[in-house]
Amino acid sequence: MVERSEPASAKNPTTVQRTDREVIVTRTFDAPARIVFEAWTRPELFKRWWVPKSIGLALLSLEQDVRVGGGYRLVFDLGDSKTMAFFGKYVEVTPPSRLAWTNEESEDGTVTTVTFEEKDGRTHLTLTEAYPTREALDRNIGSAEGLPEQFEQLDALLATLG
Amino acid sequence: MVQYSSRLDASFAALSDATRRGVLEQLWREDASITALAERFHMTLTGMKKHVGVLEQAGLVTTEKVGRVRTCRLGLRGLDEEWAWIERYRRVWDERFDELDKVVADLKLKEQSNGRKK
Repeated sequence: MVERSEPASAKNPTTVQRTDREVIVTRTFDAPARIVFEAWTRPELFKRWWVPKSIGLALLSLEQDVRVGGGYRLVFDLGDSKTMAFFGKYVEVTPPSRLAWTNEESEDGTVTTVTFEEKDGRTHLTLTEAYPTREALDRNIGSAEGLPEQFEQLDALLATLG
Repeated sequence: MVQYSSRLDASFAALSDATRRGVLEQLWREDASITALAERFHMTLTGMKKHVGVLEQAGLVTTEKVGRVRTCRLGLRGLDEEWAWIERYRRVWDERFDELDKVVADLKLKEQSNGRKK
């Protein structure tokens, strides 16, 4: 198991660890769960934070139908009039504590689950990206091998986008 | 092959010193400025700069200067493939969550001001 955290002094650390077939991200937010949950489920809020600025990708469109069986679709501009879409369905919607969706653009068929645990007015968030098999996760991690650094960064981003 | 072994030499030389191993261990936990590292290891700024320079040469550490502060972080080249991937993945989420912090703070403010109006 590999674990990495960054306990910087001023902000809450983001940790990532890998298990057999999951990648698990944790972070604490200084707000009640209902507020953090809202920022994940209202498109006008979601698009304010989902795309990291350092990557320079533009989000062309975003649809979120946040209910069990409802779909989502994010379309990115890759330049040269090329686009890339990420899409899937919500499989669990339990405000303000649990949210899960499928990632159907990838052949691996990963499922992302986010839990929001409130304690003393703060929210501990855990995001789990589950791959069907250990081999599928290994393959995804290995796919950046040999790429120039900026593409490696993009590869890591793509693993988190849907 | 020659290049590979000279990189190995640089890595071994970098790791032969206890302070530099300590610096790597520290950076594994969190990014740090050269000043903070110097304080932590009870060294002069100049002394720490030299150590960081050796680690940087070996690809074990990268540094970035923002304003007057030079921040050191673990160099991805020094990590194995899986650790490097996880660290890149973590940086993406970390940047994203910093933005989410702002959205959440806005919502909290709005809620508080709505509460006062009632």
